[in-house]
Amino acid sequence: MSTLVENQPAWLSRLREEGAARFGQTGLPTQRQEAWKYTGLNRLKAFGFEPAPAGAASGEVPAALVEGTQHRLVFVDGRLDAATIGTLPKGVILKGLADVLRNQPDIAEPLLGKLAKTGDRPMAALNAAWFEDGLVLIVPRGVTIEGPIEVTFISGDATAACHPRLIVSLGDHANALLIERHLGGAAGGFANQVAEIELGAGAQFRHYILHAEPSVSTAVETVSTRVGRDAAYRSFALTAGGGLVRREVEVALCETGAAAQIDGAYLVDGERHSDATILIDHQAQHCASRQTQKGVIDDDGRAVFQGKILVRPHAQKADGYQLSQTLLLSPQAEIDVKPELEIHADDVKCSHGATVGRLDADALFFLRARGIPEAEARGLLIQGFIGGALDEIDRPAVREAFGKTAADWLQRRSESRS
Amino acid sequence: MLSIENLHVSVGDREILKGLTLEIPAGEVHAIMGPNGSGKSTLSYVLSGREGYEITAGSVTYDGKDLLAMQPEERAAAGIFLAFQYPVEIPGVPNATFLRTAVNAVRRGRGEKDLDAIQFMRLVKDKSRKLGITDEMMKRAVNVGFSGGEKKRNEILQMAMLEPKLAILDETDSGLDIDALRVVADGVNMLRDPARSMLVITHYQRLLQYIVPDRVHVLAHGLIRRSGGPELAHELEQTGYAEFADGKAA
Ligand SMILES: Nc1ncnc2c1ncn2[C@@H]1O[C@H](COP(=O)(O)OP(=O)(O)OP(=O)(O)O)[C@@H](O)[C@H]1O
Ligand SMILES: [Mg+2]
Repeated sequence: MSTLVENQPAWLSRLREEGAARFGQTGLPTQRQEAWKYTGLNRLKAFGFEPAPAGAASGEVPAALVEGTQHRLVFVDGRLDAATIGTLPKGVILKGLADVLRNQPDIAEPLLGKLAKTGDRPMAALNAAWFEDGLVLIVPRGVTIEGPIEVTFISGDATAACHPRLIVSLGDHANALLIERHLGGAAGGFANQVAEIELGAGAQFRHYILHAEPSVSTAVETVSTRVGRDAAYRSFALTAGGGLVRREVEVALCETGAAAQIDGAYLVDGERHSDATILIDHQAQHCASRQTQKGVIDDDGRAVFQGKILVRPHAQKADGYQLSQTLLLSPQAEIDVKPELEIHADDVKCSHGATVGRLDADALFFLRARGIPEAEARGLLIQGFIGGALDEIDRPAVREAFGKTAADWLQRRSESRS
Repeated sequence: MLSIENLHVSVGDREILKGLTLEIPAGEVHAIMGPNGSGKSTLSYVLSGREGYEITAGSVTYDGKDLLAMQPEERAAAGIFLAFQYPVEIPGVPNATFLRTAVNAVRRGRGEKDLDAIQFMRLVKDKSRKLGITDEMMKRAVNVGFSGGEKKRNEILQMAMLEPKLAILDETDSGLDIDALRVVADGVNMLRDPARSMLVITHYQRLLQYIVPDRVHVLAHGLIRRSGGPELAHELEQTGYAEFADGKAA
């Protein structure tokens, strides 16, 4: 257990002890567990989960993803290393979690561990035992933060574990946009992140996640979100890197009119593995949810999309939608899609669809007949498919930045093949 | 320019072209008419290099070269252009991006320098305006959500930009209203040139009033059954293809 904070308050010790005890009972999840059926964590067998001692960043901190970003926090091995925060509206808290735990623990107490239940979540339990730092974003009622907040995670020279914890709380009608950017480092490492996101009535939170680590990195994320009346949580995750990236997202639509859109795109090559496991829990009337996952898999890559829509007995007029589209570029590439609808109300509209395909032969011929060489034509079709996936990002600056990462991936792919 | 000799083409174990012979000299416009399923599109695909067709006998010589040995992109660079009967939709790829990629690929294949963005825009502006293709259509994904007529005009724009030596138009007139037909025909006529040949596949004599062919051929049951001047198209309009129904040459 982490003892980063000396004389930590009793509630924090309890949280950690509970987490450590739970993880001690279960250990790492195995593929016998339904939620982990398609994703094994064998690569972590030899890993110690204790965070590495603080070290220097292995590389330079890159420029912000979106030009002109005012608020930036950079974490090295899960610890806040540098922060530049612009002028924030009154009452907003945007800080490192370790700082808050040391200096204002009362702010964290009502939020930490509130949403991230550890019962059947070994990875969240492990995080509870070991987290040291992370993000605290608290936006008071009625406040809008203009422009994006970017948090960047890079890893140091040691091959180490880190357990960042993100706490986001938006008051009624508050509004914010967070970009999370995982760049890892050459030494690899294991990031076991937990995010707890709570949105008050009418709040709007946009959450964009980019994984662009090298293939030696492993990332497991557990996101728990609670969406209040008429509030909206909108997230998009692009997985363009990482040897294994799993995002487990649970969204509770708790009050009337709550909405969530959980989208993602994955570009998986080599022996990489990407997993999106999503549960949308419709608990109240007139809630809407949308999940789209689109991706390209090449070589021996593998992707998993488990998307569940749960509609509770009183959650009438639920509107749930789920779509999975995959482009397979090699014979060994594999996608496992498991859509699940569990509906206990009678007046609901839920649908799901999944397509898995290869590059369209007619389109390929059309491009070649227009003079475009085969390899370039393939690249153009893949780019077109990825472009369609990124179209779900409703902020042009973010879409463009993510598009650049996707273009880099394509470029590397075509170079490695020529 | 193009010389097809005794071409036999099969798909699976079914023979579709059964010894087709056709000569198109430089600068001439030839029309092919014929009943549904007679092999017209098959011929156009074989000429442009689509996979899935087995050439069991015969030869195709284009500009003195063995056309059938060339990849589709090599044929395009060498000046072959097929306006598709059913233009293909390419989601996610903007029309302008596609067109510029194609133009530069063909230019490279011909040993010319790439057009930069400004040169390309200048060229495309002029040509697209004449064909009634809006800037908005250039930004949209290739053919996605285009009406039938818009797709056909888009094909002609590609042709105008790529400046082929042998243009094959497979039913470019189908599904066009009178005004669109005139726009497309004008687009084609603009490209008429002593160094450029065309093979126009159509079901309707109407198109051939605008694009007057040097020769008209009837393709039925995988063979050219009859050839003649422009008046043959007119005659076919009256009589139909009944006389070719038995699969024997008239
Ligand atoms: N890939 C294929 N597999 C099986 N049969 C095919 C294939 N392509 C063409 N055919 C058959 O070959 C015959 C000729 O088709 P083709 O498309 O060339 O006709 P067409 O003359 O262009 O007809 P239309 O006037 O309707 O466009 C048809 O019977 C068609 O079903
Ligand atoms: Mg046809």
